[in-house]
This record gives sequence, C-alpha cells and structure tokens, in this order.
Amino acid sequence: MIELIAGKYNYWIYITLMMIGFYAVIAKGNLIKKIIGLNIFQTAVFLFYISLAVRKGSTAPILIQSTYGALTPETATYTNPLPHVLILTAIVVGVSVTAVALALAIRIYRAYGTLDEHKIARMEQEAK
Amino acid sequence: MSSHFPILLVLFPLFGALLTFFSGLTRQKWAWYIAILATFLSFAISLDLLFSVHTNGRISYHLGGWAPPWGIEYVVDIFSGYVLVVVAFISLMIAIFSGEYVKKQIGPERETNFFAIYLLLVTGLLGMVITGDIFNVYVFLEIASLSGYALVAVGKKKGAIVASYNYLILGTIGAVFVLLGIGHLYMVTGTLNMADLQERLPALYHSRVVLTAFVFFVIGFGLKFALFPLHTWLLSAHSLAPSAVSAILAAAVLKVNLYALMRVMFTVFTPAFIYETVPIAEILFIIAPIAIILSSVMALAQTNIKRMLAYSSIGQIGYIVLGIALANETALTGSLLHILNHALMKGGLFLIAGVIIYQTDRYHITDWKGLGKTMPLTMITFTICGLSMIGVPLTVGFVSKWFLAVGALEAGRWYFIPVILASSLLTAMYFWRIIEWGYFHEPDDPADAADRCAVPWGMMNPIMLIAFLIVFFGVFASIPQELAHKAAVMLLGVR
Repeated sequence: MIELIAGKYNYWIYITLMMIGFYAVIAKGNLIKKIIGLNIFQTAVFLFYISLAVRKGSTAPILIQSTYGALTPETATYTNPLPHVLILTAIVVGVSVTAVALALAIRIYRAYGTLDEHKIARMEQEAK
Repeated sequence: MSSHFPILLVLFPLFGALLTFFSGLTRQKWAWYIAILATFLSFAISLDLLFSVHTNGRISYHLGGWAPPWGIEYVVDIFSGYVLVVVAFISLMIAIFSGEYVKKQIGPERETNFFAIYLLLVTGLLGMVITGDIFNVYVFLEIASLSGYALVAVGKKKGAIVASYNYLILGTIGAVFVLLGIGHLYMVTGTLNMADLQERLPALYHSRVVLTAFVFFVIGFGLKFALFPLHTWLLSAHSLAPSAVSAILAAAVLKVNLYALMRVMFTVFTPAFIYETVPIAEILFIIAPIAIILSSVMALAQTNIKRMLAYSSIGQIGYIVLGIALANETALTGSLLHILNHALMKGGLFLIAGVIIYQTDRYHITDWKGLGKTMPLTMITFTICGLSMIGVPLTVGFVSKWFLAVGALEAGRWYFIPVILASSLLTAMYFWRIIEWGYFHEPDDPADAADRCAVPWGMMNPIMLIAFLIVFFGVFASIPQELAHKAAVMLLGVR
C-alpha cells in the first residue's frame, strides 16, 4: 500500500492536479477561472510526460568522458530526452490555447458586460 | 519533385497562410486568390497521390530523410488518399465560395485574417490525415482546432463568441485526452510511429496502460467529432458560425477527427483488438442508433435552419460510427462512402444556407417561403442535397445507406435496418418542411424576385458543382465505391 502511494507519488500528483483542473473547468461559473482550470489540467499532463522520462540515478543526455577517455554515449544512465521535446511542443500549444481563450473572454466581456457563465446563458435565453 | 508531394500537400496551405497574412498588409484582395491557389494546388496533389497509391500502393515519405521509426513519416495509403481528396476538394470549394461571402457577411477589413486562418485550418486537417506519426497527429489536431475556434468566433451574432469559447474548452479537453493516450502508448512501447506501434502493441493488449490509452483516444477524438453524448458543443458552434465556416466544420473537421480515430483503431491498434479484446463495438451499437434517431427527432423540432443542419450532423456521424461497429467489409465500405457523401451533402447544405442568408438574411424555415420562385437555382440545389440526405435513389445518400443496411444484415443485426429507415423517414419530414415552404407558399414580395436571383457566380458555382457530384456519384456509384471498398479491405485486413 505504501509502495503504491509513495513509490509512484509523481503519478498521484499528476492525477490530483488533473482532477483539480478538471473540476475548475466544469464547476466554476467564471470564464477566467475556467481558463485557469484548463491550464492546470494541461500542466498535469506535462508533469506526466516529464515523469515518464526519468530513470533512477540518470543524468542529462550529454556525451560524457568515459573511463576509456573516449566520448561514448552510455544510454543506460540517460534520462529519455524525447518526452521533454514532445512536451515543449505541448507547452507551446497550451500557451496558444490560453491566448485564444483569453482573447475570447475579452470579446465576451465586451459583448455581455459580464464573465459569469450563468448570467450570459440567461441573457442568451432572453434574447431568443 | 513528385517524390516530395506528400509534404508539399501540407506546405502549400501553410505558406499560403503566411503569404496571405503578409500580402494583406498592402493588397487586401490578394487573400482570396492566394487561398484558392493554395487549396487548388493541394487538391491537385491529393488527386495525384490517390492515383499513384491506387496503382502503385502505399507511399511513405520520410521527413528530413530520417527513416521511421525515428523520424516523422508521412503515409499515403488508399484510406488516407481517399480522405485527403475529400478534404482538399471541400476546402477548395469553400475557399472559392468564401470570397464574396466574407466581404459581405464578415467584413472586408477582416478578409485577410479570415483567409489566413482558413488556410491554417486546411493545413491542420491535411496534416492530420497524411501523417503516420501519432504525436504529429496531436500537433496538427491543435493547429486545426485553434483555427477552428477563431473562425467560429467571427460569426455575426453575439452568441458566436460564447459558442466558440465552449467549443474551445471542450475541444481542448478532447485534445488533452488524446495527448494522454499518446503518452500512455509511448510509456509502454517507446515509439510514436503508427506502423511501429502496430507491431509492438499486440504483446501488450491486456496491459491496463494500453486499455487506458485506448479509452483516452476514443473519448478525446469522440469529443472532437461529436460522438453522441459528447456533442453539446457542436450545436451552437455549427449553427452560429458563419455559413462558410459551418460548412468546413461539418464537412471536413468532423470527418478528419473521425478519420484520426479510425486510424488509431485500425492501424495503431488492430481489428483484432477493437473487435475482440475491448467491448467498443458493443458500446457503439448502443450509442449509434440513439444518435441517429434522437438527432433526427431534435432536428425536426428546430425552426432555425442552421441549427437543424447541425443536429442532423450528429445523426450522420452516428451512421459512420455504426458502420465501424458492424465490422464487416460492406458496412465499413458504407461508412467510408458516407464520409465523402456527408461531406458533399452537409457542405453543400451549409453553403446553400449561406447563400440564402447572404441574400435575404433569413434564418427561419417559415421565412424561406416562396424561395422556389425568388431564388430558383438555389432551391433546386437545396432540394438535391435534401433528397440525398433522405437517401433517395440516384443520389449519393442512397448508396451509403444501402451499404450500411446490407452490412447490418451480413452482421446478423437486422434490427439496425428499422433504425436506418425510421431516421430516413424523419429526415424526409424535416427536409420536406423546407421544400414545402419554399415551393408551395407564395413569396411575400414577388417584385424582388429578379434581385434575389443575382447571387454572385463565385458563390453559386461551387454549390452547383457539389450538387452535380451528389447526383453523379449517386448514378456512377462504382467510382467512390471501389476506392472505399479497397480501403475497407485494407483496414480490416490487418489481423
């Protein structure tokens, strides 16, 4: 039981973070809070990717001087760099999504004068 | 030169978008020409790719010369070639249509930005279809989605911004689920190449990580293509977006996301996994008929034409999903045909709604009275598309429904035939209302008939071509059917 919790704590943190973000996206009525929730949700996935790259006692993937004096890659001791690269792309995507979402929030505020989801829904209902 | 066609297909719209944006600083009207040129080049290339795949088999293009599974691989096989042609054709038609439409409905000052974002959307869609690398799918998915959100937001009504916001929230959740699915697969296999994944996964089919990944893919893409209970965003996004945007969203964006899920189901996983290991077909057998019937009933209750068309999209997606779940060649052929057919029909219908709104600014069914007299050509094309949606013989809608029904019989599930029939009947009812108001009611003011006829030819030509193809492929059904059948055999053959 302890092994399940302490041994894989990074995954527990990622799931907790993800659920916090997901809760905010679904339950919050304020459009900006929803965007913040979305950001937490995405960050959780970044954490998941980064933690699956790690190996126990590994170092950064740089060529190092081996005992024979030659530059040889010792793959066994390296952290896998690929998930980091993938997540760099995902971070850029996350920033773009946030930018578009915030731009939309500004437009919504100008059009309706509020950022409350329920108030906007009521105004839409009345307009019909 | 032609060996680089797979990458050029994606690069033309991408650089077209950049060029549109910068030329817009000085020459506003170039935007439309560049958009037509870029989508036309992509369409020509996609046709060439489909022909060479048809004769010579699978094309694999290695980006930057890096051999797969290390480098990114672009794959054109009969399935992706077929979908590429559909997407490129629809985006060319909508690009031609948009020139006059955007000027009046969105505003000349936003023309440049509209076409730049439109081309980015096309880049994302074509990239999603052609790539053979699963992480690349995610990147293109986000390119397509982000431009989609922006395009929805330019709708005239105030609600379009809120619709775009909701689309963004749910779309991003879907995309993050896809990203998680990719992460889980990478965790157990250490590879991102689809063909490589296919080889490595069978040993791990009962691993809980792989099962979780599969669920993430289904829900993630399901959110994107509005699989029945996940469809709520679609209604307002498709009905409040400008009609040209609704057309590309319904005709291409839904199809490409569905294509991506089919790729994951059939190429990354195998038919053995999706039909024997996980109970996905059992779930789809419940979801698809509900989607088909419920969406038709809801469409019948709508008075706003675009909202009605949006509801009917959910049911049409249900048909395609039903064909996947039935798991035999005939039904899958029907599904693949329906990808083309629904793209033509729904793309055409949204464009026609766009023309009518462009001329009359009327959204409601009862306001369309007498349009058969004042806008005869538009109503004829609308009738053709409507008949095809119902599934009348000699239109494409009949062909795909026929294959689906025969496929249901072959699978021993005859009870799906009443579902298809009932939905056709309901479809007939909700299209008949419009045809009745159009042809059997007198227009309010017959004097403006002459004025209404004068729709710009740039807008009418794509619609007439689409209506022609609906009848042409309905009569000469063997042309797309042969391609779809080959693709279905290829997809199911991976055992």
